[in-house]
Amino acid sequence: MSILHTINKSPFEKDSFQTCLRYAKAGSSILLIEDAVYAAREGTDVSDAVKAAIQDKSVFVLLPDLDARGLNSNLINGVQSVDYAGFVKLTTENDTVQSWL
Amino acid sequence: MSDEMLNEEGNVQRTKKFMYVNRKAPYGTVYALESLEVVLIGAAFEQDVSVAFIDDGVYQLTKGQNTTDIGMKNFSPTYAALGDYEVTKIYVEKESLEKRGLTVDDLQHLVWEDEDEDYAEKDSIKVVSAEELGQIFADQDIMLNF
Amino acid sequence: MALEVDGKSYETDEEGYLADLSQWTQPIAVALAKSENLDMTDSHWEVVNFLRSYYEEYQIAPAVRVLTKAIGKKLGKDKGNSKYLYELFPYGPAKQACKIAGLPKPTGCV
Repeated sequence: MSILHTINKSPFEKDSFQTCLRYAKAGSSILLIEDAVYAAREGTDVSDAVKAAIQDKSVFVLLPDLDARGLNSNLINGVQSVDYAGFVKLTTENDTVQSWL
Repeated sequence: MSDEMLNEEGNVQRTKKFMYVNRKAPYGTVYALESLEVVLIGAAFEQDVSVAFIDDGVYQLTKGQNTTDIGMKNFSPTYAALGDYEVTKIYVEKESLEKRGLTVDDLQHLVWEDEDEDYAEKDSIKVVSAEELGQIFADQDIMLNF
Repeated sequence: MALEVDGKSYETDEEGYLADLSQWTQPIAVALAKSENLDMTDSHWEVVNFLRSYYEEYQIAPAVRVLTKAIGKKLGKDKGNSKYLYELFPYGPAKQACKIAGLPKPTGCV
């Protein structure tokens, strides 16, 4: 069974991000939305954890939320941007969605 | 700690040092916008106002914010009006920027105009260490946290 | 509440401020001014246009103190004082002029 994990909290403020990485299995998908999009940027304290996750999982980031925050540059290589249609596609491609709030 | 000034009745009135501390990212929660509104409203009372951005609060000042696709009001241009409201001391914590892979160049360039020097533009943002900011906090009369 | 201009109806809040600032036009400004018992002169337009460009840039309607100072810088010291602005907008330059400019009530309007 495939799971799409969504995270909407800043990795610097809440542990939702770390907990998600602890539970997400190889082959699953992780989508960063709202304040979680800050994790997609290169050179932060959590970028190594994101890079490790990319090794065996797919990591996506919601583009409108990145744009809103003025951070649509210097993203970690391998993090894939999606728009709202991409978000919907991800939810249909996976059997279930787990939202880490 | 703070200056004395005469009010309209000619009595001595102490202006107080107000520090607004911002620790939350914009848009995800309403704290950042609420804080900005309180700072602007508070500025009408002609006190000695400073604003600090630490932790995720530094994200409030990133340049190039575009909220068209999330359907929320982009309030980042309003930070540029702080100078008009005589809010000229804006502190950004260095450690918080570094942790987030940001430099001062990722932030808006905020300035204020010095009327006494023919409206010369001066930088409002000062990047300071946590230790320096702690000293500045210790010198305040009132601290408001968001 | 609604404002009727040239046969079209525009939504306003309970204090008469235009609900959607993107709907603003000059005829609407004239109608809003009329509801405040004001006739728009060039001097009125100067302030209203200034407010609209300030809002465009900073996304807020300035407090009256800020407006006064900024007008003084842009249009000259003789106009950058509250006496001049109150003569144009007797019920408060920020409040009345913002309404006519189609802007929300100023932040920090106390």
